[in-house]
Amino acid sequence: MNFQLTKEQEFVRKMVREFAEAEVEPIAADIDKEHRFPVENVAKMGKLGLMGVPFPKEWGGAGSDHISYAITVEELSRVCATTGVICSAHTSLCVWPIWTYGTDEQKKKYLPGLCTGKKLGAFGLTEPNAGSDASATQTKAVDMGDHWLLNGAKVFITNGGYADVFVVTAMTDKSAGTRGISAFIVEKDYEGFSIGKTEDKMGICGSSTTELIFKDCVVPKENLLGNLGQGFKIALSTLDGGRIGIASQALGIAQGAFDVTVEYMKSRKQFGKPLSRMQALQFDMAEMKTRIEAARLLIYRAANMKDKHLPYGQESAMAKYFAAETAMYVTTKAVQLHGGYGYMRDYPLERMMRDAKITEIYEGTTEVQKIVIAASIFK
Amino acid sequence: MRIIVCAKQVPDTSEVKIDPVKKTIIREGVPSILNPDDANALEEALKIKDQYPDTKISVVTMGPPQAKDMLIECIAMGADEGVLLSDRAVGGSDTWSTSNALAATIRKMGPYDLIFAGRQAIDGDTAQVGPQIAEKLGLPQVTYVMDFSIDPNQKDITVKRQLEDGYEEIRIQAPCMLTAIKELNTPRYMTVNGIVHACSPEADIKVWNAKDVEVDLATVGLDASPTNVYRSFTPAPKPPGIKLEADGEKELAKLLLLKLKETHAI
Repeated sequence: MNFQLTKEQEFVRKMVREFAEAEVEPIAADIDKEHRFPVENVAKMGKLGLMGVPFPKEWGGAGSDHISYAITVEELSRVCATTGVICSAHTSLCVWPIWTYGTDEQKKKYLPGLCTGKKLGAFGLTEPNAGSDASATQTKAVDMGDHWLLNGAKVFITNGGYADVFVVTAMTDKSAGTRGISAFIVEKDYEGFSIGKTEDKMGICGSSTTELIFKDCVVPKENLLGNLGQGFKIALSTLDGGRIGIASQALGIAQGAFDVTVEYMKSRKQFGKPLSRMQALQFDMAEMKTRIEAARLLIYRAANMKDKHLPYGQESAMAKYFAAETAMYVTTKAVQLHGGYGYMRDYPLERMMRDAKITEIYEGTTEVQKIVIAASIFK
Repeated sequence: MRIIVCAKQVPDTSEVKIDPVKKTIIREGVPSILNPDDANALEEALKIKDQYPDTKISVVTMGPPQAKDMLIECIAMGADEGVLLSDRAVGGSDTWSTSNALAATIRKMGPYDLIFAGRQAIDGDTAQVGPQIAEKLGLPQVTYVMDFSIDPNQKDITVKRQLEDGYEEIRIQAPCMLTAIKELNTPRYMTVNGIVHACSPEADIKVWNAKDVEVDLATVGLDASPTNVYRSFTPAPKPPGIKLEADGEKELAKLLLLKLKETHAI
């Protein structure tokens, strides 16, 4: 057992923190207020290798591992959860399934652009009537001989409005249930494909969350990802990895709120002494820090198991469930410790608290994580 | 062309504290960083490499074994090679001894066209090591470089040298020594790809001792150093000033007089 990060992972943290504090943090409040997608920073992240951290160099990736990837999302989210989820959805939900299930031709065509951030990725699974229950997928794909024809709609798609490449699931054989779902790679310019409504959200307001609309959308034959009927399995395994990303986002939000609060408590004086000298408040901080560290260990363990090709579905579900609850707990406490200032938009805490909530919902709600964990107990 | 960059690993002085009793720097728990001016020196070398990809950049430093981490950082930013001179024999060196050791190391590193150094390190603030290395290697030098350009012949260089009230424009030919200031450029970030390479066994990092660089041991280390630190201290913080306001100069003078008397200054 080894709880030490490698030198490589430590340097990744140092580098992402420097970048995040210098380039991401200064615009975090503005993109939240303006609901603006931070295109300029996504381009910079691509150049620094942050959009392809765990993928091999031969495909344009940075050649690091999933712990470095978790650290990347964590450090970005520490100052801006929007930027964290852009990286997470792109890496875990689009690049990873193409790298894992794609043919050599598909990898050659898509990975170099995606891993270097020249192209942005997204993942279309959720539908109005198929959230946690992916088997209720209504989007259909029909084999037209020389191409596929997709009809239907997806909702709540992260990066939707700015992505170039989408991994999308659709029913190819309704009678086969979940085994009748297949996955496809769809490009934004394909005939019959369009972006629908952009959602107005409670938090992560700079991220682009949209509908995807397929109206006789023509998808080339060779863009089937994996085998016919393998879509459900691809989606589930993709989400197993995605949970490491979202757990890291939650961890970053919690760490960010914690760090801001430490500084505030040192300088804020009431009743003749700084808040940091009041034991009841110190106890709050002790509890917050312990939960943060526990979340971190769960996440890094799941990431490490993924790198070692061990089954990690249960571990990533536990990491995501616990980290998301930690993010809510820590940000709520942090707002409280800031008093009135915590509630004001001049301080980052209220944004962090709004951003934290989504981590308990997307890529599997806390309840779904518990289903996954319980299933591995009583299998 | 080959560029040598002189760099130093320093404690992050924004977090440094001085032991009030021993008067020495408390290094425990203080993060070590690449000296900021040296990052500007490396960045300028990297910009030349961007323009002329055949350029080879070698970073040289002297320090304890952990200074290797700083070389990893430099390689992760884009340098090709790192050389660390690490030996107890050179420990405690002042600027004169340090420049003897580094000049010997650079001689050992072989032919070069250009040496970049940072103006000064944030821990010692002397700004002496760069110029002393140039003297010992017999190189022309320009310090406080705020702007740099090189001809396609990779020989003729034009720099702006910062002065207190302006700048000098100087033409100089390689080989030479230039010391960089922060106005010269904005250092780039490491990249993840660069970090992966710099931390791998393929990274070209050499650790040499005093014997390897064939330096005269009588000219390096604490005993050979003509200067010694007498005392380190934190200057007592100055209380904030006050601004006096009154109607007219006479009133103001009266008020000032009163305040000075109040504090027994006169």
